[in-house]
Amino acid sequence: MAIVQDKLSPDSAFALTNKAKRSDRFSGGIGMLRRLLVSDYFVLYLTLLFFLVASIFYPTLSNPASITNQIQNFWPLLAVAIGQTFVLIIGGIDLSVIAVMGITSVAGALVMAENLDPAFFDKSPVWGSLMTEAGGVLAGNPLAVPAAVLTMLLIGTFIGWLNGVAITRFNLAPFMVTLVTSTFFAALALWLTQSRNISGIPEAYVTLGKGDIVSIYLGAKLTPDIARRDILPFITYPFMIAAGLAVVAQFLLSRTVFGRRMFSIGTNRKAAEVSGVPTQSVIIRVYMFCGFCAAMASVLYSGRLEIGQPSFPNNLLLDIIGAAVIGGTSLFGGKGSIRGTFFGVAFFVLLLNILNAMRLSPFIIDAVKGAFILVAALLDIIRTRVANQEQRV
Amino acid sequence: MTTPLLQINALSKAFFGISAVKSVTLAVHPGEILGLIGQNGAGKSTLMNLIGGVVPADSGEMLLKGKPYTPRTPADANKNGIAFIHQELNLFTNLSIAENIFIDAFPRTRWGMIDRVTIKNKTRDLLQAVGLEIAPETQIERISPGERQLVEIARALYQDAELIIFDEPTTSLTARETERLFAIMRQLKEQGKAIIYISHILNDILKLSDSLAVMRDGQLMAHEPTAAFDVNRMIALMVGRSIEQLYPPRSTPPSTELVLDIHGVSAAGIVENIHLQLHKGEVLGLFGLMGSGRTELARMIFGLDPFEVGDIRVEGVALNNLSPQSSIRNRIAFVTENRREEGLLMNIDIANNIGLVALPEFARTPLLVIDRRELLDNAQHMANTLQLKSGNIALQNAKALSGGNQQKVVIAKWLLSRPAIFIMDEPTRGIDVGAKYEIYAIINQLAAEGSGVLIISSELDELIGICDRILVMSRGEIYGQFGRNEFNEERILRAAFRETAAIPTGEKLPTLDEMAEGSAS
Repeated sequence: MAIVQDKLSPDSAFALTNKAKRSDRFSGGIGMLRRLLVSDYFVLYLTLLFFLVASIFYPTLSNPASITNQIQNFWPLLAVAIGQTFVLIIGGIDLSVIAVMGITSVAGALVMAENLDPAFFDKSPVWGSLMTEAGGVLAGNPLAVPAAVLTMLLIGTFIGWLNGVAITRFNLAPFMVTLVTSTFFAALALWLTQSRNISGIPEAYVTLGKGDIVSIYLGAKLTPDIARRDILPFITYPFMIAAGLAVVAQFLLSRTVFGRRMFSIGTNRKAAEVSGVPTQSVIIRVYMFCGFCAAMASVLYSGRLEIGQPSFPNNLLLDIIGAAVIGGTSLFGGKGSIRGTFFGVAFFVLLLNILNAMRLSPFIIDAVKGAFILVAALLDIIRTRVANQEQRV
Repeated sequence: MTTPLLQINALSKAFFGISAVKSVTLAVHPGEILGLIGQNGAGKSTLMNLIGGVVPADSGEMLLKGKPYTPRTPADANKNGIAFIHQELNLFTNLSIAENIFIDAFPRTRWGMIDRVTIKNKTRDLLQAVGLEIAPETQIERISPGERQLVEIARALYQDAELIIFDEPTTSLTARETERLFAIMRQLKEQGKAIIYISHILNDILKLSDSLAVMRDGQLMAHEPTAAFDVNRMIALMVGRSIEQLYPPRSTPPSTELVLDIHGVSAAGIVENIHLQLHKGEVLGLFGLMGSGRTELARMIFGLDPFEVGDIRVEGVALNNLSPQSSIRNRIAFVTENRREEGLLMNIDIANNIGLVALPEFARTPLLVIDRRELLDNAQHMANTLQLKSGNIALQNAKALSGGNQQKVVIAKWLLSRPAIFIMDEPTRGIDVGAKYEIYAIINQLAAEGSGVLIISSELDELIGICDRILVMSRGEIYGQFGRNEFNEERILRAAFRETAAIPTGEKLPTLDEMAEGSAS
């Protein structure tokens, strides 16, 4: 037995040193990969890489028209995803954002629409009161557009307040509460409009949804009717609005007492309560902010489409939550950033455009979207693990 | 001497260049209980993880019954007859006892269905072997932590474990459950099983183990028959210096000025007609058995739980509408007994944990923007004052700290709000000897600076060591008061146990010795 051991030990010692050497050799490359994984900009790098690779196979993606389109899709999604990120950070979820966008879009149109077709709307319960042939309540009034926007934001914030109060005062699950408000307000929007889009939106409002402030003209600028595809809108109203919202949100989250309290609630609500965090009021305000953001997104969407739209596609909710998750926000709460959501939305919008460019069927597109969210969630687990390992050193 | 069941030779393990286990050589024999002690971070857990196949060793070897043993996964370890009973139990609370025991491999009938009859009968036998008389189909969530521990042991027996490792098994057990666990362990030993027992409760180890291993900084400091040790030697080996006393002396006398005055507080079925007075600079102990209402009372004072009648005055002012927020405004601090669930934000950095309570003080109006520099400076100052052993407090999460240092973070966050009243519920639970001493010194310092400190503990030794006065709670009432000069372990325990009817009929009443030992755990 002793002989066997004598024989074995130099061998095994050799094996060990050999292994150690090998891991040394790889540590440079692995170290860089680890650092990249943990980086806050990981999703951005991924998006850029994705864009470059896809542009090779689908050159149309880098056309001005295509880029314009991608950017136009980006801002409203960003606005609503910011609110959702807040809710996810405190460990909640808001399923009602799509319904909020629908009901506020309708409410805005009811205030400012400049004409309404009786053939479409005379069955509506508010025909003759809020709706007339002359349009909405303030049709033609110079203050109609600001009043409409204000109404939309107030309604969005109010629905958020309802969600927050139901969740905190009655201790109901956020999933359930927001599912109920979602169902209710989606139905209300459809009932008010009898499922029809409201057109006749004033020009000033449309500007909010897609107006340019600074553009780059790629064609001859003097031609009276230059093709849309030759314009690269650089600074637009939706950009100002959504980016402004993002800056405010990032500031709230990272610099204020409110933001710290949000993270404490998301990490451990009980501990936050014991430490004197007014958890109920913070939670209510977060849901109000989420409703506000959804209403803001509604302004951007309905302005761009030039209609009051009672219903938005339901899989938009997947895009919103998916973008936040891809950006590193945890569905378990306590983790997330506006920067991450910004990159997540960019990634998602790009992904959608590529899938569209590939002319895949909508079913396949949804399936691929789902797969990407799953991959993002798994990747996040790996990133967290790597980050935790770095912590231990 | 027989062949050891497990022989470890010069085993080492390092994480990122920092060695956690340094060339440890150790053996455990069949029919032996090996006690393993050491401060948090001494390498006990890493050593057990090496044995359990959770992490691979860097160098050295393990022999199981004389044959080389290199577990790659925990399942490998299981297959080789090594079972782990963890501090945090690994049972599925929504499943039955039987299902938990057979979760790895359900026996099948010849139709391929799960064989419920076999499972039930086998489980009944196994439960009998560990002295647990509960139906096999009982759900785990309906049984006590002590009973869950026994279910884990039953599972280990089912897996034919020859080496059973217990990691701090008694932390959440009552005195009687602990006694029962020890009886089972002795019985397992009689049957020739080898046991490794890890605990911070030195008296238990002395009583239970055959041999004793002490670890410090990843190294084995001593491994000798238990008879060669006493508590002082154990501590000296663990800490690396000799602690003259377990408790720092109380040097400052309490003032006569009242800081907290509780008058006739009652809540049906929980506490009854509580009168309690805490003075400035006083360390007041509140002793009671589990379920005596001590923790509930503390939560009521702090505004976490409601009460029906009675009033609470802080520095002469009656409080109403109690909530944690109002308590903080009234300069009351509450260190919870449950660090993990109520004390810390585990996944958030240390600085933000320390800053949480006093957060508004670091905010600048009108937008309540946090002065991050000031928050960090204050948190760092607190960390230095309490001698927190950590990495960069702005980067390291609370989770990465040892138990004692986590508790310091909890205390630090309250200190930043400069409280006049400190309520501490089990402030030293689950932390090692060295850190305990430091916590006691902090409590002393708080009192010296004029705070009133109310300490709840089930460790009577501890209260006798650090308090000016001890109140005893029993069945929701204050049932005795002892000044420092009349401290007497036996009398205090008698007061705590005055209600013999509180113990379910049919069970043997614990003798006074058992009580004393139980209360130390």
